[in-house]
Parts: sequence; C-alpha cells; structure tokens
Amino acid sequence: MNQHDPKNIPQTTPRQSATFSPDVNSEIRRAAATGIYDIRGGGAKRSLPSFDDLLFMGASISRYPLEGYREKCETSVTIGGLHAENPIHLDIPITIAGMSFGALSGPAKEALGRGATAAGTSTTTGDGGMTSEERGHSKTLVYQYLPSRYGMNPDDLRRADAIEIVVGQGAKPGGGGMLLGQKISDRVAEMRNLPKGIDQRSACRHPDWTGPDDLEIKILELREITGWKVPIYVKIAGARPYYDVTLAVKAGADAVVLDGMQGGTAATQDVFIEHVGQPTLAVIRPAVQALQDLGMHRKVQLILSGGIRSGADVAKAMALGADAVAIGTAALIALGDNDPKYEAEYNAMGTTAGAYDDWHEGRDPAGITTQDPELSARFDPIEGGRRLKNYLKVMTLEAQTIARACGKNHLHNLEPEDLVALTMEAAAMAQIPLAGTDWYPGKPNTSY
Amino acid sequence: MQTVDLQETGLRALNKMLHAQSETTNQTAWEILNPKGAHAIACGLNAPIEVTVKGSTGYYCAGMNQHATVNIHGSAGPGTAENMMSGTVVIEGDASQYAGATGHGGLLVIKGNASSRCGISMKGIDIVVHGNIGHMSAFMAQSGNLVVCGDAGDALGDSCYEARLFVRGTVKSLGADCERKKMRPEHLEILQDLLTRAGSDAKPEEFTRYGSARNLYTFDVDNASAY
Repeated sequence: MNQHDPKNIPQTTPRQSATFSPDVNSEIRRAAATGIYDIRGGGAKRSLPSFDDLLFMGASISRYPLEGYREKCETSVTIGGLHAENPIHLDIPITIAGMSFGALSGPAKEALGRGATAAGTSTTTGDGGMTSEERGHSKTLVYQYLPSRYGMNPDDLRRADAIEIVVGQGAKPGGGGMLLGQKISDRVAEMRNLPKGIDQRSACRHPDWTGPDDLEIKILELREITGWKVPIYVKIAGARPYYDVTLAVKAGADAVVLDGMQGGTAATQDVFIEHVGQPTLAVIRPAVQALQDLGMHRKVQLILSGGIRSGADVAKAMALGADAVAIGTAALIALGDNDPKYEAEYNAMGTTAGAYDDWHEGRDPAGITTQDPELSARFDPIEGGRRLKNYLKVMTLEAQTIARACGKNHLHNLEPEDLVALTMEAAAMAQIPLAGTDWYPGKPNTSY
Repeated sequence: MQTVDLQETGLRALNKMLHAQSETTNQTAWEILNPKGAHAIACGLNAPIEVTVKGSTGYYCAGMNQHATVNIHGSAGPGTAENMMSGTVVIEGDASQYAGATGHGGLLVIKGNASSRCGISMKGIDIVVHGNIGHMSAFMAQSGNLVVCGDAGDALGDSCYEARLFVRGTVKSLGADCERKKMRPEHLEILQDLLTRAGSDAKPEEFTRYGSARNLYTFDVDNASAY
C-alpha cells in the first residue's frame, strides 16, 4: 500500500471552529451584506448561569414540611406601602412586565390585562402610553413613565394604580428603543405624536432629569400630581444593582423593579442584548443587600424580572429576597407567541418556532407582536387571557408546592438557607453554598 | 384672589387646594408668596385658574399643566411646564434646563433666557423665548413650535421630527438632521400669532425657520455617522 497516496490517508472529520461557529459566520455574512447591525426582540439567548443552577433542599428532620393541598401557603404581596396612600395588594407575587402597545397589538395588551386580572395580579403599560383596552381589562395597572414620554399625560397618570419610572431595562442597560416604521399604524402614530411609518426612536435617558438627586425631585412631582395616592416604582436594569437600588431607595421609590439580561425587549441591537448587562441570578443578592443595608428590605419591595419561566424560578427569586417577580417573554409564550402551530409561516420567514425574534418587523403569525390588522385578528384576547391566567395559576401552584416542601406557610418565608447551588458560578453569584458543601466563592471568614 | 404663603402652608397643602378646583370654580385667581425655589409648585393643575407665583421656583413648576395659567414672577428651575398639555405658563425671568420638555400642548413663554435642552422631545407645545436658548434645544422635538427671539446655542434641533423652530438671531450650530427651511406664508402667520400671544413685538420676517431634513426618519447605514 502506498501510504503517500491521498486515497489511503485517513480523513479527519470536518471541524467547525468554536470561535467562528455557524451562528457567528452567518452574522458576519449578514452584516457584510447589509451594513446594518442586527435588531431583534427578546432577551439574551446565550447560556447563562441561572435559577436552573440552584436547587431547593426540601424538608427532612431539621425542617418539617407543610401538608400539600391541606396546610395553607400564602402567596399575596403588598407593594408600595412605604409612601403611597393606596398600596397595591396582589393575590400572587407574579406580575406582568411592561410591554408597549405598539410593540404588541391592542388585543394582546387586552389579553395581558384579562389574564392578570383573573389571576389576581397587575399588568403594566409600556413605551407608547395607556390604551383604553388595557385600562379597562386590568384591575391593577402600572403606568410606565419612560424617557420617550410617548403618550404620557396626567389623566392617565391619575387613573393608574401605580407608576413605574423606567430608568433601565435588562435587555439593554443604557440603551433606548426603536420601533421600526413597519409597526407604526395610524393609532400608534397618533399616540406617539409622530408621523405614520417612520422609525420611532426612544431616548435612553429621561429628558428632564439626570442623576439620583433629580430623580428624587421627579418622584416628588409625580407624587404631587397624583396626590401621594399611588406607589411609585423605579425600574432598573441589572447593571450595578447594589448602587442603583441604593440610589432608587434614597430617591424615594416605593418599589424597585430589577431586570436581568434575560429580560426581553421589543427591539434592540443583538449585540446589546447579548453583551451588556448581568444575568438575573447575579443581580438579586447585591440588590437585597442594598435594601438590607438601608433597613428597607420588605419595606421597599423588590420585583425581579428577566427570564422567569416557572414556579421554581418564582420560588428561587423569592428565597433570594425578592418580594415579587415580573414576567414578559413567558407571558407572550403563554398567549401563543412562537407556537409550533405556525411553523410553516415561521419557516417562510427563515426561522422556526421558538427562535422567532424579529418582533420589530410586525409579521408575527401569532398576531401578538404586530400592528397588522389581519394578523392581529388571528389572536383572540379572551382565549389569550384565559391561557395567561392558567399559566399564572400553574406557576403559583408550583411555587407553593416548593414552599410547602420547605416548610413555609408563605412564599415570602422562603430563604437563602433553603437553597444549594449546582455550579461554582451560581454559588458565587447567588451566594448560595455549592451542593454538598457549606461554602461558596467569596464567602467571608472561610478557610477554603 | 386666594393668597397662599408657601412657607406657612407647605407644598402638599398648596397643591391639594389647587387640585381641588374644578372646571367651574369661582376661585380662579391664586397668588403664591414665598416660593423660595421650592420644587413641584402648581404641578398637575387641571382647571381654568390663574396662578401667580411671586418669586423664583425650583424644578417642575407647572409640570403637566392642563387648562391653567401659571405666571412665575421670577426665574424658574429645571423642567418648568414639563409635559404640559394645555394652558399657559409665563416665566418673567430666566428658565433653567429642559423648559417645556415633552410638552403636548399649551403655550410656554420665557421672558428671559432659556438654558440647554429647552423644548426637548416636545410633542405639540408652543414655546416662545424672548431671549436666547442654550445648547441641544429641541432635541428630538416631535411637533409644536419653538420661537427664539434671541440666539440659539449649539446643536439646535438635533434629531428633530416635525417641530417647527424659528430663530431671530444666530444659531451657533445645527444638530444632526436639522436644516434651515424656507419660510412660507403659513409659517409667518403661525409666528405672528405666537409672538402676539407671547407679548413680543418682534417681526416674523426677522426669523429663520429650521426643521428636520427627514434623513434620519428611516434607518440607513449611509447615515450612520449622524447617529
């Protein structure tokens, strides 16, 4: 045998580069062809340390459990009792995050209101103002106060149950927004005081204040306009949670909404979503520490968002110190977003169910992230509301199941000591001992 | 005339009294003494009353005003008349940053000078400044009219949309996508009306109009350097 004959040389398996993966290469080709960065919706898709890296230990001899379905496990939460005359009382600690009319269709917003109300929780407006549909169908509606001030008016401010000053968003800390012209219908344009069909930029900073001292005065103004009746939340991205929570509380917030990088957006640059911000798991403990250092834990409520999907996530967030959570992407999936039943239509757009994220283009076959009248008409807000209610109920039952197993008669009684971490990263970020040890990286006074 | 000494009454009680006025109130004239730069004076008004503040105000005086007339006999702090919906706000002195920010309607008159970012993100408000305005004024201005009887600072009208900007004096520089525009008869008419309502004797013909070149309305990579 001629060992130099190419036919006789064993062939190596073609090897894809880990650095230049098919995904990376496809983005390079797309960028080279268009000259425009990739814009998409949703949150970080990369693999991140998450609540999946934590486990509850459950009860045994040292802790005893509560009887499932027999012994009560409370789920209610009160938000905003520190300064507001009318704090918000929710039956469950799972709220619906701010999503705009404009990004979402009117019927989708209505469904969020219906589902949240039926489940005993709140929903939230978004960058684009308050619609009559969502006000009408939301028993408890949080009105977002955003840098763009699209649709902002004092009448809506006064008919809101709470006000959420949006400083940042987990998907894009330090970034503004962009609603592309395809989604600017007559109604969206009118609500935003802009011509139909043009790209609408949302500023990254508020136009009339900068810094924590100004924020304190802004909160004063909003309280004066609303007669100190409703709670004022401050929403921040998971950027520098210890300092940002401290400053928000110092400025007078009744509640802090903290959004990690898995939190979604209607549209922003992919590079922003994937490379700016911190994982939700990493931001909660510094935020809770800030509240504890100020003596404000459980007085100023902490609402955690960014990749919450199940009752297990809810329970873990609350065990780490959150008072409540907010869901956005999960709520859209419950409504029917990215449903495989539209697979043929996703394929026609060059994507697949579960991966569809071009929400800004307004071609959502599920009729949720669109302003197209025909596509919107596919979505039934009553059925959507029912599905969301069901999902919220399931999440609540799951969280209660875990809490009872840990011997807790209220979700708020879950505590870090109920948890172990599966990975070093999760142990360090959540300050939870690695499973099988009593140690986590960075633990003070440790001999390890 | 209802006279309220802010130092004696306190902000909450003052605003509560003003908010209690209805569309048909007969207590239409209010005078506020000793404002001493307090914040959020007369914000959120929602009735056709006239409030005169005898002195200078802090942040957000007359914020989100609806229907009311607010006269400030002094200078005004940041964000005065922010997000105003209707009515009239007149500042006899100078205005700090962000005057009339995001305003949806009504008329804001500044008899002195306005600082930076006057009319930022304005959405239908009319603003008349008798003096000069600072940098980045009318940034992302969406609609309404900004009239400057003096000079404008750097980056006027940066990234603006459909707002009309009228400047009588010099403009230090124009912001991205803002350009000089032709003054047509309808603009002279709008300008004359605003100048008259604002108590200015300036002539519309002395002004230059600026507005959006509309090149940034739809994202185009060839304009990337402007972003």
